[in-house]
Amino acid sequence: MAASLRANEAGLRLDERMERLKLFGLSSPALLLVLIILVLPVGWLFYVSFLGADGGFSLENYQRMIDSRAYYRIFITTFQVSLLTTALCILIGYPLAYLLSQVPPSIANICMIAVLLPFWTSLLVRTYAWLVLLQKQGLVNDWAIALGLWDEPLKLVHNMTGTLIGMVHIMLPFLILPVYGSMKAINQDYMKAASNLGASPTRAFWTVFFPLTTPGLFAGSLMVFILCLGFYVTPAVLGGGRVILVSMKIVSNIELFVSWGAASALGVVLLVVTLGILWIASGFLRLDRIAGGGH
Amino acid sequence: MLRWLKNPATETQISHGQRLWLYLLSGIIMVLLLAPTLIVIPMSFSDSQYLEFPPREWSLRWYEHYLGSGDWMRATATSLKAGILTMLVATPVGVLAAYGLHASRIAFVRTAFLLLITPMMVPLVLVAIGVFYVYAQLDILYTLTGLVLAHTILALPLVLIVTGSALKSYDMSQEDAARSLGAPRWKAFLTVTLPQIRFAVITSALLSFLTSFDEVVVAMFISGGDNPTLTRNMFNALRDQIDPTIASISTIMIGVTTVLMVLAQVFGQQKKAPK
Amino acid sequence: MRAEAREALPISIQGVTKTYGTVHALDNVSLEVRSGEFLTLLGPSGSGKTTLLMVTAGFTRPDCGSLKFGDREVIRTPPHLRDLGMTFQSYALFPHMSVAGNVGYPLRLRKVPKAEIALRVDQALEKVRLSGFGDRRIDQLSGGQKQRVALARSIVFEPSILLMDEPLSALDKKLRDQMQIELRHLHESLGMTTVYVTHDQREALTMSDRIAVVNRGRIMQLATPRDLYERPANRFVADFIGDSTFLKVIRSGNEVAYGGMELKSSAPLPDAAALLLMIRPERIQLSPGGPRDGANNFPAIATEVVYQGDSYLLQARLDDGTEIVMRGGVRGASLSALPAVGDRVTLTLAPEDTVLIDGGEA
Repeated sequence: MAASLRANEAGLRLDERMERLKLFGLSSPALLLVLIILVLPVGWLFYVSFLGADGGFSLENYQRMIDSRAYYRIFITTFQVSLLTTALCILIGYPLAYLLSQVPPSIANICMIAVLLPFWTSLLVRTYAWLVLLQKQGLVNDWAIALGLWDEPLKLVHNMTGTLIGMVHIMLPFLILPVYGSMKAINQDYMKAASNLGASPTRAFWTVFFPLTTPGLFAGSLMVFILCLGFYVTPAVLGGGRVILVSMKIVSNIELFVSWGAASALGVVLLVVTLGILWIASGFLRLDRIAGGGH
Repeated sequence: MLRWLKNPATETQISHGQRLWLYLLSGIIMVLLLAPTLIVIPMSFSDSQYLEFPPREWSLRWYEHYLGSGDWMRATATSLKAGILTMLVATPVGVLAAYGLHASRIAFVRTAFLLLITPMMVPLVLVAIGVFYVYAQLDILYTLTGLVLAHTILALPLVLIVTGSALKSYDMSQEDAARSLGAPRWKAFLTVTLPQIRFAVITSALLSFLTSFDEVVVAMFISGGDNPTLTRNMFNALRDQIDPTIASISTIMIGVTTVLMVLAQVFGQQKKAPK
Repeated sequence: MRAEAREALPISIQGVTKTYGTVHALDNVSLEVRSGEFLTLLGPSGSGKTTLLMVTAGFTRPDCGSLKFGDREVIRTPPHLRDLGMTFQSYALFPHMSVAGNVGYPLRLRKVPKAEIALRVDQALEKVRLSGFGDRRIDQLSGGQKQRVALARSIVFEPSILLMDEPLSALDKKLRDQMQIELRHLHESLGMTTVYVTHDQREALTMSDRIAVVNRGRIMQLATPRDLYERPANRFVADFIGDSTFLKVIRSGNEVAYGGMELKSSAPLPDAAALLLMIRPERIQLSPGGPRDGANNFPAIATEVVYQGDSYLLQARLDDGTEIVMRGGVRGASLSALPAVGDRVTLTLAPEDTVLIDGGEA
């Protein structure tokens, strides 16, 4: 009966704290790396964007963006390309995802290769492939003319068309995979119930199936859109310098003009927009759950 | 064939015939997805400067050009070194972080996780120019070390996500059992947990390698001088003109990627299949 | 040569408290487990029984308290140094090792020589009646077999204490009944102090030397199965063990009455103002001949008669509307003597079966 009240309390608390620290400490190398190599440089860029030519605090970099027509066009183009690419990906990707989710798993796994192989293939390789295919004497023109689709070789690359084609091709897997995931998760019983209650297949699809796929669709579209906003390689190659996106302006600012102020301001705007969209979307989605982290 | 068309495709009695449009459309899409990726392969064997398909004359000249070029070979070596080093750094760092966050009970965990996947969220160009400047200041520009470090943080989110999700479906009470039997936590992790998440770890490693090997934008800025990467050289070549050598390099890269992807799938499948 | 089997150790739990936010998972719990005894922690989900077991094992760190194995204070000792055997609800077998690999794991950790490991693994498997299973893979085993491998693994290094967390909950009824007896035999032959967690009161009653009934982080009663069943300390325990009907009785001094009728009880009254009469279905009887002298009689109307094969269930409504359940045996002649629904019946409770318990909110 003579148990000292709250025995070992201090010691136990210490043990708990030590254990927590040790466990959390396992992630410290990763955190340190990200802090030094990501947070620091990006933070520095933030700082630089607010530096004027004279070295003091100034908003001239941002002002330039608002004033200049060129910058305005660049933003518009970037948004246009991103929106168009996302829309096209949805139109093309959704049906394929639907099919993949409906066929037996053995067939689905084989067909999935069509999505996964491009996904894993190097960006450069795919971009290069389109460059070769879409050129004036390339495969697409040759075959189209042979099939009678058009008479003269069309300019399919080094312009917006080529850029869009390339970007849609790159982004499709990013849309298909989440959408497929949410489709697979739909309990077959729902469709059976709808059918049992009298819904035609079309109606059952639009009223039951499609709404249940919205999380995956939303996640995929979001990912595609955000990736497009900051995308560099494919538009740079397939756009041929005629399609200028924010990312390319940033690069040219550094490479050609060594204009850190302009580049960093652009970068900050891009980052803020990206994070802003993510933040709004996180209100609708549990992003960390999709990414699979935490508890 | 006609009879098959009338068979139901699903339990809601939609026949195959009614779905024909979907099959056709999907077939076209799949071809369009695969063709550009694969078409480079036969084209790389074309003898002509203009990379015909189908090649009128078959030859290995572009491969010879690639393998014989000192520049290309050096760049390839750099990319391979960077890729392997990134894999060797990102995998343990990431796996440990994933485990630490998974087993941890602090509220800070979610924040830490989000922080660690920010490299995926921040536009790559921004990372590239930021790192470029910082490296210039630290005088590690154009070094392999700098490249590996940058690629590591790009690979970390992938490692975290893949390993994290494997840990989530893993029964942690096995580790508890091991500890109750006398193993300290680290030993329990090594002898019980790690063997069971090894497929995720292997996939993470392969993904880390590919992330580094395929990376263009950051490498564009911080690799160069003595250590340009393969991707950097390829990208520069692409901007100038359609160098047919790139076709042969692409084919080799596709081969490597396919092998790695198959490996990852094989390991991934094994995890699910009962023995 | 093998070291001598170690002595079983007593466990002393003193003043253990564990709170999660505002919830008391364990509220100043104290418990003494005797050396070599089989003690069950019995309670509903969320009662704290598993938490207490985890504190004993070292996986849950309490806010305060003392935990001793024999003379050794272990509350701050990490789990891997507590030297006890433990089985988990999910068995927690290692799928990447064979059965022998699993069972030999603790011995490898203790740097036991290989030859001896093989010997002791075989002996452990024999004790759980799985001889020859050494080479099997874990996914080839049935639930019952997995259970035994987990057991073998936890006893192979001869711990002085064994903890078991609902080991039989995943098994089907027949297997569970069989395993209960086997576990009991194993305990008797090995003699280690065993703490067993379950929510199944029948299981607890079958296997334990003593049972600690746990609810909301506190121990409601610690007693032998018999005492728990016959003399529950409070309503919660009475409710949790066995089925009963409870009738509120009125106390005046040393007399209790129900419905105006004085109740005769052979046991002394508990020390509480509010009392309940606990009626076990198998203790109350049907009196075809009307009220019996010297017993407590309850006139009622039969509302439901259910034949259940080995017994029958009679539900009857007392004059004041309370429903009582009675269970009786079925034998050839009595079948025809069963009342029909709507009949007037008399239920009697002998004084030795008239149990009064503390009716206060525990």
